[in-house]
Amino acid sequence: MIEVKNATKLYNGKTVLDDVSVSIRKGKITSFIGANGAGKSTLLSLISRLIKKDGGDILIEGESVDKCKSSDLAKKISILKQSNHINVRLTIRELVSFGRFPYSQGKLRPEDWAFVDKAIRYMELEELQHQYLDQLSGGQQQRAFIAMVIAQDTEYVLLDEPLNNLDMKHSVQIMKVLRRMVDELGKTVIIVIHDINFASVYSDDIVALKNGRVVKEGPAAEIIDSPVLKQVYGMDIQIETINDHRICIYFS
Amino acid sequence: MKKKLIFLTIIALALIAVFMLIQAGGHWDYILPRRGKKVLAMIITGGAIAFSTVVFQTITNNRILTPSIMGLDSLYMLFQTFMVYIFGSAGLTMMGKNVNFVISVGLMALFSVVFYKLLFKREGQNIYFLLLLGLIFGTLFQSLSTFMEVLIDPNEFQIVQDKMFASFNNINTELLVLSIVLMAGVAIYFTRYAKYLDVIALGKDQAVNLGVDYDKVVKRMLVVVAILISISTALVGPITFLGLLVANVSYQFMKTFRHHFLIIGAMLLSVIALVGGQLLVERVFTFSTTLSVIINLAGGVYFLYLLLKESKSS
Repeated sequence: MIEVKNATKLYNGKTVLDDVSVSIRKGKITSFIGANGAGKSTLLSLISRLIKKDGGDILIEGESVDKCKSSDLAKKISILKQSNHINVRLTIRELVSFGRFPYSQGKLRPEDWAFVDKAIRYMELEELQHQYLDQLSGGQQQRAFIAMVIAQDTEYVLLDEPLNNLDMKHSVQIMKVLRRMVDELGKTVIIVIHDINFASVYSDDIVALKNGRVVKEGPAAEIIDSPVLKQVYGMDIQIETINDHRICIYFS
Repeated sequence: MKKKLIFLTIIALALIAVFMLIQAGGHWDYILPRRGKKVLAMIITGGAIAFSTVVFQTITNNRILTPSIMGLDSLYMLFQTFMVYIFGSAGLTMMGKNVNFVISVGLMALFSVVFYKLLFKREGQNIYFLLLLGLIFGTLFQSLSTFMEVLIDPNEFQIVQDKMFASFNNINTELLVLSIVLMAGVAIYFTRYAKYLDVIALGKDQAVNLGVDYDKVVKRMLVVVAILISISTALVGPITFLGLLVANVSYQFMKTFRHHFLIIGAMLLSVIALVGGQLLVERVFTFSTTLSVIINLAGGVYFLYLLLKESKSS
């Protein structure tokens, strides 16, 4: 379980996260939703120590992240940011092998390569694995980065807008993979996501943020609810149940 | 990968052999030590420049920067001018070259750490800010040097001027031993960090994600860069483009992300460029030009090519 306790973050004196407390259940997909600038990505970066917090505490399985060594945390929690431009020319396989760095410090042992192979197979990238990243489409690149995170084999996997710039087909593909990672591999996945219908269909829990504060957190069905969404986005959203999924209609 | 390194080593050794033996005319005991010192200085300088540039480009995640953007060589010049201004050239001689060297290295390392603290500690600072600040510092140091140069005695100015231009014809041979020791120390210290550089090349976020203590590693690497730049600047003077040239040729030639290969490749290329260039200067142009002119010309053309290529790809 990850517990965020009274986390606060300021950028140049402006408060972007204000006394946020959230607890995230193990073995579930939790989505952070909210309008632009609500503090979703900041919260994700804070949990994953990419940025330093200005107050509060973050506990991973009861242990404060401040007390953990960064190299140990890399075996527990991984993060994938939304823009992953890399200056170095790498093949998919080379990129995925970086996921083993926390365990091997760059000198991969046979068991590390086994993890790499498994991750590549899991993301169905076997045929592409020797191609360079810059030759791939956005969806393939995203899959390669997720394969790297799978190779890192952490209990907690954090993804910042994994569907950014992907078409419907690839978005569904990625979400299904995340679902499988939770159901089959027992991972805990936390994502920041803009499309509330993807959040509704694929996540177990949702945390709704607005202006750096938590509006409401709970099971997906409780958050995908007209009054709650009105509070979060400030617009009237009609909700229909289609094939047991709660779908938001917000186009008019 | 190893084959490529062996290939480069053979070319480097062949060039060194030619340089040592060409037109010797049988005066071996005079020529060999003289040329040997020159070659040694070129190996150290070339190695230091290549090494520091690759490391610097990886930390800044940018392939068209050289450490001189931080104003390190300007700082070196400022210190030299300042010493001459205060104590006179006699004072500088009195101090001894090795002491001067050690103080310069310390100063530049200190500057790097302060620079780092100013820049990287605050969040959201980007690379363009680093470029600008470095340029401003560099210009400030240069202006201060010029100011003092104008005030000092013209004869003293000659002493300063000698240090201003890179030249392998008057190498600071007294510094050779100390440089070799420092260089070896830095290389041994660095081996522990080479693996982190591979990860840092993926960007700060990925490095932190993979458990690299980013701040600590980057700070230490900046000190390494500062020491290497001091070594090369003190030995022969500032050679800006050489690092840029060999680092990028190494990326293209080695085609790998592993820094121990990239760095050794760049160092060998650097030795090839320097020894080959010096051969040209001595045998083809018969000293009518200097090595830094040739390197800056080749480097400048290559730099333009890189800029055009970058703008096309983005």
